Amino acid sequence: MRTLKFLLEKEFRQIFRNKSILPLIFVVPIVQLLILPLAADYEVKNIKISIVDHDHSPYSQQLISKITASGYFKLVDYNSSFNEAFKQIENNKSDIILEIPDGFERNLVRKNEQKLFIAVNAINGVKASLGGKYLNQIISAYNEDIRLQWIPVNKFNTSPIISITVSNWFNPFMNYQIFMVPGILVLLVTMVSTYMCALNIVKEKEIGTIEQINVTPIKKYQFILGKLIPFWVIGMLVFSVGLFLVARLVYGIVSVGNLFLLYCYLAIYLVALLGFGLLISTFASTQQQAMSVTFFFVMIFILMSGLFTSLDGMPRWAYIIAKCSPVTYFIEVVRMIVLKGSSFAEIKNHFLIMIGFALFLNGLAVWNYKKTN
Amino acid sequence: MKQIISFVRKEFYHVFRDSKTMLMLFGLPIAQIVLFGFALTNEIKNSKIVICDYAKDEATQQIIKKLEVGRNFIIQKELISHKQIEEALKQGDIKLAIIFPSNFNKDLLHLNKAQVQIIADASDPNTASILTDYATNIIMDYQQELMKNNTMPFRIVPEIRMLYNPELKGAPNFVPGVMALVLLLICVLMTSVSIVKEKETGTIEVLLVSPLNPVIIIISKSIPYLFLSLINLTVILTLSVRLLGMPINGSILLLLAESILFIILSLTLGILISNIARSQQSAMLISMMGMLAPTILLTGFMFPIENMPVPLQVISNLIPSKWYYTIITSIMIKGLRFSAIWKETLVLFGMTCFLLLASFKKFKNRLE
Repeated sequence: MRTLKFLLEKEFRQIFRNKSILPLIFVVPIVQLLILPLAADYEVKNIKISIVDHDHSPYSQQLISKITASGYFKLVDYNSSFNEAFKQIENNKSDIILEIPDGFERNLVRKNEQKLFIAVNAINGVKASLGGKYLNQIISAYNEDIRLQWIPVNKFNTSPIISITVSNWFNPFMNYQIFMVPGILVLLVTMVSTYMCALNIVKEKEIGTIEQINVTPIKKYQFILGKLIPFWVIGMLVFSVGLFLVARLVYGIVSVGNLFLLYCYLAIYLVALLGFGLLISTFASTQQQAMSVTFFFVMIFILMSGLFTSLDGMPRWAYIIAKCSPVTYFIEVVRMIVLKGSSFAEIKNHFLIMIGFALFLNGLAVWNYKKTN
Repeated sequence: MKQIISFVRKEFYHVFRDSKTMLMLFGLPIAQIVLFGFALTNEIKNSKIVICDYAKDEATQQIIKKLEVGRNFIIQKELISHKQIEEALKQGDIKLAIIFPSNFNKDLLHLNKAQVQIIADASDPNTASILTDYATNIIMDYQQELMKNNTMPFRIVPEIRMLYNPELKGAPNFVPGVMALVLLLICVLMTSVSIVKEKETGTIEVLLVSPLNPVIIIISKSIPYLFLSLINLTVILTLSVRLLGMPINGSILLLLAESILFIILSLTLGILISNIARSQQSAMLISMMGMLAPTILLTGFMFPIENMPVPLQVISNLIPSKWYYTIITSIMIKGLRFSAIWKETLVLFGMTCFLLLASFKKFKNRLE
């Protein structure tokens, strides 16, 4: 026990002595948490639209002013030919083209039907489908207006109408930051602890100090605990600073659920992550290797965790890979506890899975560690 | 000249001797491109929803049948009570609940008006709104069918064409993004770490007393990584075309030239970081902690840049991968020529020059 205490003291001193690494562990993640959620917004507004009006009628003018007044679209270009408008799309100056054909007003009134042409830059799927959808909605609302103008309103509604009420639970204002901040916090904590842990141990290998420790009477488990505990504490600290200082004070996110529960989960999660770092360090012989492997996995963890894209949309095999990453579970749990106020009973399975990860990764790491020494 | 060549050769040996690192340098980017190219999509399908049908009449059955068709939903029908819906949403498996009140069909027939309630798990606003839209559209479709007999007059029919990506696949958006991300990070990491390693182990002192110019030392150290990145680039491009079905509609030569420019830029960034960092650990942390998240978020392939607050839009201009991403999509997907992307190229070129100057200046100072 005393040995462990001294080891811990040594590790903490080494970490806190290093003036160049300390800000990278604490300041960089916090600054990113402050800024990046503002970028992570799928709510699409300011869609750039080019309108090609061949009709120049009062009707086409009305439609255009409806579109520009909606707040979703920014009219960047009012052109007379489709090809000109298409150039705007090629140059990224415009996202969507609306072409109003010649005779739009006349045909609508006389023939009862008129087509409009919409072309969307579909490279970014979200933007494309949302842009198309908004434009459709505006057009159909305008269509209703025209009908009202021409057809006297029936006193009794003769066609059946299904009215749909939508309630958005847990985040009624559909605020993206509430959704993103906890997720990005998890990402940052994950990066800090995995990197620090993996690199720190490999560093001792690389410069040879691990040999010195191996010839001392320090037991392996003491050495490993001495390495893991400081990073565990740092992970807890970074998470707390992010949660209370940034998420609460800056973004006003107050956890709906039990914080104690969240911290219990965090504690186990960090053990699992550190086990992962340890495992990498047993395989790698240089910091460069440790880093490339960590980079590889962290990137998979992040991009496939459901943080940015939905897990539901993935192909089956990718979904299974995503489910093999501890990050996926923690991101779910953070969102469940903080946003939905889920209780222990509801995340029981998540707890079991994470304990499984922790045991498996650490077990494997310790086993492999013995083998390599 | 001979000295330089032999020095470069030494660096090549250094890099290529280490087979474990080599495996990672080649294997990882390939795995990532394939993985993300297939896995990342903005589509939302196979979402579990719950339907509480208190009516169980003809109309609701027909709507449910419509909801079952297609791959958007996996429907679960057992849950009944409101309380249970809440639990299911909190457990997180269910994303949406659709509730038909009893008398649905009766109301529809006699009052011409019936109600449906949709409850969405809006803790994820994007999924919630997309799923709500799917469900609303399907129910609206049913309503349209009821009104089939009396067609609407004065109908405006919008015809939508999806340019470049008619099936709205994820790959055309994500592959160029991941390409930019992988190339940038690998180059930055590798150069910065390999130079800092020499600092850390002290071998750089040996180089400094040699008659080689420090600038040449640095350039020679990055040449093997330039070479490696080119191989990576070739493999990545081949995979994206062969495996992921990405087109290269524009000129391949132009694409390669632009990519080399971007790789050189990334290598220079790595050199700059190696000037600042004292240990391998801090070099890696600067590269990873400082660059990974901002690059993912601000390149524009995850989240549209126009949506961001103005200060972030300004910052995004400093992210090299943003410009490279535009360049690749323009060449590969849109098939544009150099005249359309000269501005982006100029920005990348300017950044490279600036970083080169900054890092060499810093490097020389340190020596004196």
